This record gives sequence, structure tokens and C-alpha cells, in this order.
Amino acid sequence: MFVAPAVRWGIRSFVTDKKRAMLSVSVWRGTAEQGEFKEYQVPGQDNQTVLDVVSWIQQQVDPTLSYRFACRVGMCGSCAMTVNGEPRWTCRTHVQKVQKDKRLQVAPLRNFPVVKDLVADLDPFFNKWVEAKAKHHPTATRNDPIPRVDPQSAARQSADEAIECINCAVCYSACDTVTANADYLGPAALQRAWTLVNDVKNADKQHILDAVSVSGGCQNCHSHGSCTRYCPVELNPMKSVAGLKKASVVAWWRKK
Amino acid sequence: MLDLRLYMLQRISALFMVPLTLGHIAVMIYAVQGGLTTAEILSRTQGSLFWFLFYGLFVVAVSVHAAIGLRVILHETTGLKGMTLTLFMWSVFVLLMAMGWRAVLAVSVQ
Repeated sequence: MFVAPAVRWGIRSFVTDKKRAMLSVSVWRGTAEQGEFKEYQVPGQDNQTVLDVVSWIQQQVDPTLSYRFACRVGMCGSCAMTVNGEPRWTCRTHVQKVQKDKRLQVAPLRNFPVVKDLVADLDPFFNKWVEAKAKHHPTATRNDPIPRVDPQSAARQSADEAIECINCAVCYSACDTVTANADYLGPAALQRAWTLVNDVKNADKQHILDAVSVSGGCQNCHSHGSCTRYCPVELNPMKSVAGLKKASVVAWWRKK
Repeated sequence: MLDLRLYMLQRISALFMVPLTLGHIAVMIYAVQGGLTTAEILSRTQGSLFWFLFYGLFVVAVSVHAAIGLRVILHETTGLKGMTLTLFMWSVFVLLMAMGWRAVLAVSVQ
């Protein structure tokens, strides 16, 4: 008997099921101290991101639901949430990839205070960027020649690998060391510091190495690798932190 | 909870511990397989400057390494910090040194 390929492979029934299926979405409502997961039924779509689901709830069911997003294309890093227990950028996370039995659980990012609902307070995250001295320390004047950046140099390539961070805080949320040690600077701030240690235009590398070698510094990393596992833009913060550890050790020996 | 100084102390103590641990295991296997009695072992170790330095260094390395490691574990599991944490670290160090040196002196000094 002839069976149409689409039917034989189950494609038609798969598409039909998906169109009809409702998603059971459990969303955190409240603050970290007081709140609960509330259940919402959301129509499933063929192409649907987790951010689409959250937006649908906010627009169609409960306008008081608070969440954060901006660009919707994986550039701004503002829409990260905990989806089914794992930190993810919700604008680029397809529901089909993460749903379990047509169920989703959406919570604010771990390791942060919660402002309300799905909005995490990212102050600790950005404060630690400042603590890591992850900025340029210029000494040259406008009369000095501009240093030449050699794109083929090992230092520049190390910086290039790490420089695409979008500050989404997924790595910080995934990091078990941050959970256990609130003073730990975290993968993103340290990765940023590593790009500047490798930047020929940054004049004071030791200043950064000192800043990342304090009691909450890079030496606290246990190399669990969650930052690298969950980084949505596939960077390798663990490698950057390892680079900082090595550079700080080399600088320590040279000072002796 | 680990600054660069503690990190370096723990790494350097680990560097010492690697060959000393392997040496200790080799000695244990030799002693057990050779069927040496306690008296025979003590007759070889007591009065020996080599075994005094070998196990003396081992005890110092272990005491430093373990005290710093337990400091990290305690902080990350209980959140303890500040003077209490430092006191805990030094207490572990002193305890391990005291126990270790008691053993070193017993097996290497006549």
C-alpha cells in the first residue's frame, strides 16, 4: 500500500499536533523571598521562542507579569532567564528544544536577587566588572603613536576569543562557585579582564592582575565549566579564567 | 576566599606532595611485600636524616595544603568568613603539624 512520505515519516501528524498543542508554562511570580510558580496555558506554535511564550502571557493573560528584554535577536543580553532549571537567553531559545512533555518552567536567573517575577537585579554582576578593573588603563597621550594591534599575535587572538560577550549573565547564573562564594567575581567579569590583559593598548596589566587576585578573584574558580557549557554565544570563560590564573602566577614569580 | 598568596601556597605544597606521596606509597608497598616488622622498619628510619626530612617535609606540605583546602570547603558550604574562618584554617594547620611531627619524631629520632 502506498503511504505518502510525509505520513510515513510522521511529519504531517507532528505539525498538526504542534499547532493544536497547548503548552503548560509555569512562571515564577513574586520576589525571591515571597512568591510562587503560577501555571499558564499558552498556544504552541511551530516556531516559538521562550521569550515569545513569556510575552504572550504578559500580553494576553496578565499584564502585570514583569520580565526584561530589548533586542530579541541575541545581541543585547537582557532576556536571560532560568528555563526548565537551566540558564538561557530566552529570545534565541526555541520552545521545541527545551520543552519537556509540552511543559516549561520559567524562573528568574539564579545567583541574583529578584526584583519581581522574572526580573533579576543585575547590580552584583556589573559591580563585579568594576571590581575586576575590567577597563582600559591608559598612560599614553594624544601625542604618542597609536600602538599597532597585530591580529595574528597570540595575545590578540586570546582577547578576540573572549571579546564577544553580550553581558547576558548566563555564565554568572550557571556558576556554582558564585552560588557558594558570594565574593567571587564570576566568569564574565574575569573574562572581560582577560581581554584587557591581552590588549596592547591597555598600559597597566598588573593593575588588573592585582584586582583579579583578591579574596574573591580568579583563583577561586574550580573549573566546573558551567560558564562555558551554558554561554549562549559559545565563548569559553573558563579558558579566560585559566589564562588569568596563569598570568597572575607568572607575575607573582617575576615580582619575587 | 582564596587570594593569590593562599592559592600559591596551596599549589606549591601540592607540588611537593606529588613526589612525596608517590615515595610514601612505594615505601609502603615495599615494606608490606617484603614482610618487614615494625621493629625492622623503625631500625631503618630512626636516626636517618633522609627519612626525617622526607616525612618532615611531607607533614609541612600536607598541613599547609589541607588547611587551605578545608578553609575553602568550609567557606563554600557554610558561608563562614572573616576571623573565624582564618582561625579555623590556622587551627587545622597547627593540629596537622602537631600530629604529623609527633609521628615524624617517633619514627626518625632515636
